[in-house]
Amino acid sequence: MSGKMGWGRRAARVLAACGRGLTQALLSQFAGVPLLVGSLLSIIFLPLGIGVVTTPLVLKGVRGFTGVQRRWAREWSGVPIESPYRVLPEPQGGLLARIDYCMRLVKDPATWRDLLWLGLNVPVGALLGVLPFALLVNGFGGILVAPFLVALTHAHHLYWILNIPLGALMLAVGLTGSPQIIKGHALFSSALLSPTRRLLSERVDSLTDSRSHVVDASAAELRRIERDLHDGAQARLVALGMNIGLAEQLIEQDPATATALMVEAREHSGLALTDLRNLVRGIHPPVLAERGLDGAIRAVALSMPFPVEVRIDLAGRPQAPVESAMYFAVAEALANVAKHSAASRAWVQLAHDHGRLVALVGDDGIGGADPAAGGGLAGVERRLAAFDGVLVVSSPSGGPTTITMELPCALSSPKT
Amino acid sequence: MRVVIAEDLTLLRDGLIRLLTAYGLEVVEAVDNGPSLLQALLHHKPDVAVVDVRLPPTQTDEGLRAAVEARTRVPDLPVLVLSQHVEQLYAKELLAAGGGGLGYLLKDRVSDVNRFVDAVKTVAAGGTVLDPDVVNQLLSRHSNNRVLQNLTLREREVLALMAEGRTNAGIASRLLITDKAISKHINNIFTKLGLLPHDDDNRRVLAVLTYLNEMVP
Repeated sequence: MSGKMGWGRRAARVLAACGRGLTQALLSQFAGVPLLVGSLLSIIFLPLGIGVVTTPLVLKGVRGFTGVQRRWAREWSGVPIESPYRVLPEPQGGLLARIDYCMRLVKDPATWRDLLWLGLNVPVGALLGVLPFALLVNGFGGILVAPFLVALTHAHHLYWILNIPLGALMLAVGLTGSPQIIKGHALFSSALLSPTRRLLSERVDSLTDSRSHVVDASAAELRRIERDLHDGAQARLVALGMNIGLAEQLIEQDPATATALMVEAREHSGLALTDLRNLVRGIHPPVLAERGLDGAIRAVALSMPFPVEVRIDLAGRPQAPVESAMYFAVAEALANVAKHSAASRAWVQLAHDHGRLVALVGDDGIGGADPAAGGGLAGVERRLAAFDGVLVVSSPSGGPTTITMELPCALSSPKT
Repeated sequence: MRVVIAEDLTLLRDGLIRLLTAYGLEVVEAVDNGPSLLQALLHHKPDVAVVDVRLPPTQTDEGLRAAVEARTRVPDLPVLVLSQHVEQLYAKELLAAGGGGLGYLLKDRVSDVNRFVDAVKTVAAGGTVLDPDVVNQLLSRHSNNRVLQNLTLREREVLALMAEGRTNAGIASRLLITDKAISKHINNIFTKLGLLPHDDDNRRVLAVLTYLNEMVP
């Protein structure tokens, strides 16, 4: 396959590999080492207090750096590396919340695997990074400089003569193997920067668990819909038919009663519609169908008894089930704010980033929200878990409360 | 009075045509999708349009968007929007450009034939008719804002009924007080909202719009 590649493209590939290797070698020393040292010092100084401020900053740098490496591994060598981090709430103003945030960061196994990678990358990154460039330079040196020296010195020194085939060999390896060397570095990174097997098996467990929740929940939901239709709209439509039938009979001999029956029939039809409308809202809100998440969340925000600031940044629409799950999650979170928080204002942010749909719902209320206590937030947690999503609540007593909801998903291209 | 109707369900479309015709209105065109609606509105420039929010081809809010679009090209083109559900968001968008001749009602309201035809005529005459559900949502949910705090409870009730498109007599019979008392309340509302007598022709509409702008942030 590489035999069919043109010389120009092959040279470009080799040169790109050299440049990429050198970039990685330089970064492994000049960015990796300071980040590693900074992180370790910050974590060591956590008990002294200063680490509480610096740890999130340095670890953010580490995640940024390893994030770049993950992206490069995928883009340069086709080695996909998933992000292994646990979801964290945004750090809040309070000291306790900051400490809690640091501890969550430090307890995340992915943090330590990042740091281990940083350490090992000091030699590995330097070696693998410099190798393509070194092979080419030495190879050219061997075949171009050595014959010249042999001619110049007239010395039949074995060392110079041996240099020629050695140079040729290095050049050959350098020209054909450079992209593979870069791929080697990507594979090395993948070993440490990917989610661990345990993380994956935990995920399988939680998916199995959430699937059974979903099955139960949807069966219960269908029963509820059946019951609501049976007791509500269906019964009203029967009454409606009866009234109209009776009015038909009476219209000649007792027009007054017939009219009264018709009025009643009309009222029944109105009530049946209201029943159906409420039912539909619970299954799939019409405004969501018409406007997508953006409009539907704005509509919910408008209906809250306090001002809600909404910021939504979506370039397309998620798949319908994800969209619906996120809508109900945000709506429930806002309803929770209205019911329990005593907040005077709230805000909603929604964005799609790195394959995840992320919603933040915050308020300035009294805090103390806890999904473990059951109720609305626990329902949201289950609903999101069904899609491998997560709910993180940061709600210290006294407030403020921030609820982070994440769903992995892709966006379809924007509606034209 | 010339009417354009946009409704994609044949049963409802025929019902609307029959109903409006029975009350002496002339249905000049009845369409079943958004693009034809826009065309019909721009071509006929009807006295009033009765428009379903959800229309083909997208089956989303095509009707609403066609109505808003038509009103930017033909200012104050009277449009009564009907919907299976009502949203403050849609009310806000409809009214965003200002001007009268707008209505937004639940489809259910069609069954109260007299009031529905009144609403169509009110909109055609440049009035504003909002569904009681929208007005209730606004009233119950945003009760602590500037303009409303200056109004008495009774004045708020009157303003809400004005927003529903009722006449003075309609408001009087609903609140069980005299026409004269209603006029007094309405004058107080105008004063408190800073609407001066010289724009009397449209003060009712302006009052409702002020109220909505205040209610829907």
